[in-house]
Amino acid sequence: MSADLTKLAKLLQELDDQMVACMKCGMCQAVCPVFSETMRESDVTRGKIALLERLAAEMIKDAEGVQEALNRCLLCGSCGANCPSGVQISDIFIKARNIVNEYMGLSPVKKAILRGMVGNPKLFNMLLDFGSKFQNLMTSKASEAQGTRKAPLLEPFIGNRHFNPVAKKSLHAKYGTIDTPAGKSGLRVLFFPGCVADKMYTNMGEACLKVFKHHGVGVWMPATQACCGIPALSAGDKTAYDKMVKYNAEIFAEGEYDYIVAPCGSCISTIMKYWPKYGKEYPADVQKKIEKIAAKAMDINEFLVDVLGVKPEGDAPKGGKKVTFHDSCHLKKGLGVAEQPRDLIRMNNNYELVEMDEADRCCGCGGTFTLYHYDLSKKIGGRKRNNIIDSGAQVVSTGCPACMMQMNDMLSQNYDDVEVKHSIELYAETL
Amino acid sequence: MISASLTKEFEAVVGKENVFTSEPERQAYSYDSAVLDPVTPSLVVRPTNSEELGKVIALCNENNCPITVRGAGTNLSGGTIPDKRNGIVILTNGLNKILEINEEDLYAVVQPGVVTAKFAQEVAKRGLFYPPDPGSQAVSTIGGNVAENAGGLRGLKYGVTKDYVMGLDFFDVNGQLVKTGSRTVKCVTGYNLAGLMAASEGTLGVFNEIILKLTPPPAASKAMMAVFDDVNKASEAVAAIIAAHVVPCTLEFMDQAALKHVEAYTKAGLPVEAAAILLIEVDGHPGQVADEAAVVEKCLTKAGATAVHVAKDAEEKFKLWEARRNALPALARAKPTTVLEDATVPRSQIPAMVAAINDIAKKYDLAIGTFGHAGDGNLHPTILCDRRDEKEFHRVEEAVDEIFDVALSLKGTLSGEHGIGMAKSKWMEKETSRATIDYSLNMKRAIDPNNILNPGKIIAG
Ligand SMILES: Cc1cc2nc3c(=O)[nH]c(=O)nc-3n(C[C@H](O)[C@H](O)[C@H](O)COP(=O)(O)OP(=O)(O)OC[C@H]3O[C@@H](n4cnc5c(N)ncnc54)[C@H](O)[C@@H]3O)c2cc1C
Repeated sequence: MSADLTKLAKLLQELDDQMVACMKCGMCQAVCPVFSETMRESDVTRGKIALLERLAAEMIKDAEGVQEALNRCLLCGSCGANCPSGVQISDIFIKARNIVNEYMGLSPVKKAILRGMVGNPKLFNMLLDFGSKFQNLMTSKASEAQGTRKAPLLEPFIGNRHFNPVAKKSLHAKYGTIDTPAGKSGLRVLFFPGCVADKMYTNMGEACLKVFKHHGVGVWMPATQACCGIPALSAGDKTAYDKMVKYNAEIFAEGEYDYIVAPCGSCISTIMKYWPKYGKEYPADVQKKIEKIAAKAMDINEFLVDVLGVKPEGDAPKGGKKVTFHDSCHLKKGLGVAEQPRDLIRMNNNYELVEMDEADRCCGCGGTFTLYHYDLSKKIGGRKRNNIIDSGAQVVSTGCPACMMQMNDMLSQNYDDVEVKHSIELYAETL
Repeated sequence: MISASLTKEFEAVVGKENVFTSEPERQAYSYDSAVLDPVTPSLVVRPTNSEELGKVIALCNENNCPITVRGAGTNLSGGTIPDKRNGIVILTNGLNKILEINEEDLYAVVQPGVVTAKFAQEVAKRGLFYPPDPGSQAVSTIGGNVAENAGGLRGLKYGVTKDYVMGLDFFDVNGQLVKTGSRTVKCVTGYNLAGLMAASEGTLGVFNEIILKLTPPPAASKAMMAVFDDVNKASEAVAAIIAAHVVPCTLEFMDQAALKHVEAYTKAGLPVEAAAILLIEVDGHPGQVADEAAVVEKCLTKAGATAVHVAKDAEEKFKLWEARRNALPALARAKPTTVLEDATVPRSQIPAMVAAINDIAKKYDLAIGTFGHAGDGNLHPTILCDRRDEKEFHRVEEAVDEIFDVALSLKGTLSGEHGIGMAKSKWMEKETSRATIDYSLNMKRAIDPNNILNPGKIIAG
């Protein structure tokens, strides 16, 4: 092992004030999706904090083992929302991942993906545009309901996942930069589709555009915008993260707009909370720009309901296609947005909203978590799938494209006849 | 160190995936919810059925490896901190099945790793009631509840865990199954070993299956909050309620220090000027509830409550309880370290105890908030500190000693529900007698000659 433990310990001591707040009551065991599958203390928050404390006190030698434990976390925030002592858990884990990875090094695969690809928007876009043309050669149809495909030839790399194909033409390739003035609403937004809506769920991205147009909201969608950085930050690659944030900040600082709106709870909470928080060492002028940008970030459901005043009237519609709503972690636990997407769904008379059990339990995607812990992610996702099926819904809706990918995979693997749709898509159908 | 060959033997019994050997995995079982120094086990084993559990215990005994059984690891007295000499942790979370819920005979049979709240939920689904409700029930296990004889908010009227244990079977050190009690309401077959197992903290045997008593749930309930400008008046109110032959299902107390912390955290508009508040709930059939609520209200007013709020509906009741629900979270947020104590006195001594705690807080310059179960005298003086501050933490230890002294002088006890474990074993003789310790030690030696069943807990010697 190359790491110098004493040095690593010193760096981790920076987290001491935050970690000491954990009183080891163990209440996190009740809500942690990873723990409920593995039932191992090193997989639950209390255990991870104890291990980090040990590492900081040089009482543990196996730093790689701690790094591995630290990575077995979805950063779903369930423990934080339920913690009697109010420990800043996600913050501790994000910082710790970055500290530990800095010392131990990132795995070569992660490095290649995060720094080489996602961290390099031009290359990322080019590769995907290229890939979209050839994917049919490598993949075959998996399920009609979810429109998923599978790729036995690629199994060594991606497991037996069922995934939605990369769009023939990404949003930015199809539209280039969009730049329209405010309409009757008097508002103009910076539209941040996020990687998945831009490259995979382009229909959903277009539904957003339709909604903006209908409400007379001006849109600025710079074609050059890059990933918000959350995959890199949560994987503990601050270098790649910094690059994306600064790159985006330069672009976003230029335009005139009232809000930054995204159909993705993760992107919005990253821009709103993480950009200012994890950039304290950036030059002052960059920080200033970021603060201004962050203050304008808002989830699209919240924007429609709370700003534009879209709200269903009268009794909730009954008798239509049954739809159930999955609360994405970053949307509900991160941003407190839970009622607004349900309101949007209730705007559509063709659907009847039914609640599933544990609607706000993590789907197991956890962004990049699923890439490195697919088996575990599948088990957690299986529980979500069962709850969806038990609700009797024919459609499951959510506010986060990453959850959409996960639920598509889980449902497709079980040959379930349930469609996955973003709440915006359901609302856009009514316009 | 456990030899590689012994590790292999454990793996042969429970499967490789259920033996944890790596340093981080073992270190994650070195602590529980008590504020004590951790001890890392040399092996962690997770049996997934009775047969495996018996074999694992026998193997530990044959190889002279001390066993610490662990449920959710939430006890507050160090009961699941392993032994320094090759300690092995046995997890019960692979033994988490509810085996039977019998609606005709009102009992259930469970494995020890069943989570308390999940069990209570399953029972409630069938229209029945399992009353013991420790604050940790969302994660705590039935095995841990029995081994600590856990209490809860409903203790005054419904009793504690031991009152619901009809019988159990447990493994002795040789991995042989011992049976005690039965599925019948009455049973006098042999020694009441089930009674002995309650609060045994894993030192006398390892529970395998537990038979629990169920009851029909109360049909109605009513909650109220009373505000007092004097702790004595609150205590008189408690005495008056009991003297009027009303036994509330919960009768909770919070002192001014605790109230202030809760208010700072919740901003719920609590009466922070009050010396104490009482939160009371009566339950039963609707007629009885109405009668009893009226009696309680009268007692509260007569004792000098400055205000009494009666919840009109479920929503208001939920709001009233907000303060109590947030007692621990609020106190825990105030400072990094939270030392949750458990001294218990006869209920008439609550004012004396609260006064003493406040004096002790002043004397040692510490922040202490007190809340707890006024109906049964079980108080939780909660010391807010920072364990990294050695000087302060020394004062905390002195304060805890003094709190015990006072509790004993008031004819109380060291622990109402949190257990003795390692944290309080040095105090055992002071409350009981040398003969009690010797008697217990003799029994322990006979049952466990190698002293491998959770050594160092309760009766350290
Ligand atoms: C926030 C919080 C609130 C709490 N509130 C309460 C409360 O209101 N009332 C109360 O009484 N306690 C309370 N506690 C203390 C604790 O939760 C209880 O003691 C609980 O019963 C412990 O259950 P556990 O599953 O965590 O047991 P553990 O801590 O894992 O174990 C406790 C003891 O039981 C033994 N044990 C476990 N399983 C077995 C078995 N199968 N056979 C033999 N021995 C076994 C262990 O060896 C250990 O000695 C609270 C704790 C916390 C952290």
